[in-house]
Amino acid sequence: MSTTEIIMDGENRSTEARFFSHKVNCWAVADHSGESGSFEELAMPLFTRLYNFAYWLAQDRVAAEDLVQETYMKALRGFSSFRQGTNFRAWMYRILRNTFLTSQAGLKSSAAVSLESDEGQVAEPAVAETPETVLLARVERETIENALEELPVRFREIILLCDLEEMSYQEIGETLGIPMGTVMSRLSRARKAMRELLAARSWEAAR
Amino acid sequence: MTCDQWRSKLDAYVDSVCSDEDLANLEAHFRTCASCAAEALTRLRIKRMTQNAAARYSPSPEFRLRIEESIQAKRKPGWTFAWRPAGMGMAAAAFAVGVLLVVALTLGIQHRERGQALAELVDLHVATLASANPVDVISTDRHTVKPWFQGKLPFTFNLPELQNSSFKLLGGKVTYFEHSPGAQLLFQIRSHQLSVFIFQDSSIFQNRQETLSGITTARELAFNVEAWSEGGLRYVVIGDASPTDVQELGELMRSAK
Repeated sequence: MSTTEIIMDGENRSTEARFFSHKVNCWAVADHSGESGSFEELAMPLFTRLYNFAYWLAQDRVAAEDLVQETYMKALRGFSSFRQGTNFRAWMYRILRNTFLTSQAGLKSSAAVSLESDEGQVAEPAVAETPETVLLARVERETIENALEELPVRFREIILLCDLEEMSYQEIGETLGIPMGTVMSRLSRARKAMRELLAARSWEAAR
Repeated sequence: MTCDQWRSKLDAYVDSVCSDEDLANLEAHFRTCASCAAEALTRLRIKRMTQNAAARYSPSPEFRLRIEESIQAKRKPGWTFAWRPAGMGMAAAAFAVGVLLVVALTLGIQHRERGQALAELVDLHVATLASANPVDVISTDRHTVKPWFQGKLPFTFNLPELQNSSFKLLGGKVTYFEHSPGAQLLFQIRSHQLSVFIFQDSSIFQNRQETLSGITTARELAFNVEAWSEGGLRYVVIGDASPTDVQELGELMRSAK
């Protein structure tokens, strides 16, 4: 068995311009769930946030740029068939997430998904542990960042969509393609995992 | 209600989505239970800190410009048509415009439907070449590349033996077309890279009214394309190599056992 590396050079990079320049779709859509305007008017305001979300998923600048570029390409191509009455932001995030899941990094992350059901009851501690609460009160920004990086992708993405993007549970459901009940149970499990990570890191730092 | 039950409502509380009744009851409980109040405060604090910490990465101005320029480039019309019907009555002009529109629309729709699927696959091919990670399985060995797709696609396919040919297999990845998963395989001949797309025949093209029965060759944006159906799968070879090279790769794929 032999393997070979693919080296992308400047010539291949230049194909990018051609790639966007040849096909024109329907550009203006009258009503996107109350939003209207050209693709650019609707999609570009989301650019920075989509990039941030992509970076958190891919954890790499080049991969995040690829992810965002592919997302915009797919969205642009599908804009004419975008269904009225659906949420444009959730649609863009869904494209980005699905693109990530079919990427090399995404396939790796989905292979590591826990088999534990989302619908299962979340076991909360019977009594609040005061030491944990005390530890969590000392959490710093860096600890939060590290904990987010350590979380499995399915937990990381739902926390980001809820806490950073401030999406409603319904929007999160549309983005992730899961029912509302699953959004709530997965979010609860994600936050529990986050608190456990934070407590562990804080405990290590305090020792 | 036990503290456990109150705590099951804390996510809704920190996300400000609990009902008015739950909110009032929770706040009443917090006044009598320092432990739950501390827990709620901690969760609110973590949420707020996550919000701040997670807004961490910003795209470079160059990258934003690149995307904006790409969108602008795509928005540019290929040509414009301006016609002033001098010396004709308005009714005659309107009739002439109507006839022209019908003819143009009929021809345009036929052409667009035939070419759109291929144009989209050309998009995927070019995007792959532009990517820093063009393939997810990097190998010149067909016995490595083919098994990699197991469990990722609802079908399987054969790859040709390339030992006595000028082509080299570079790898492959899962791709999507019209929400259907398929394989994209990357081959190289001299300095040209070619993609071979494989999708389930039932899932694409049928609603595109493409006349791809048998082997069809085409040119799409100066890319050479060859497409055919076999065993319920649709194969499309795309590349900027010569038509002969594209045809040869198509023949190799068809001969794969």
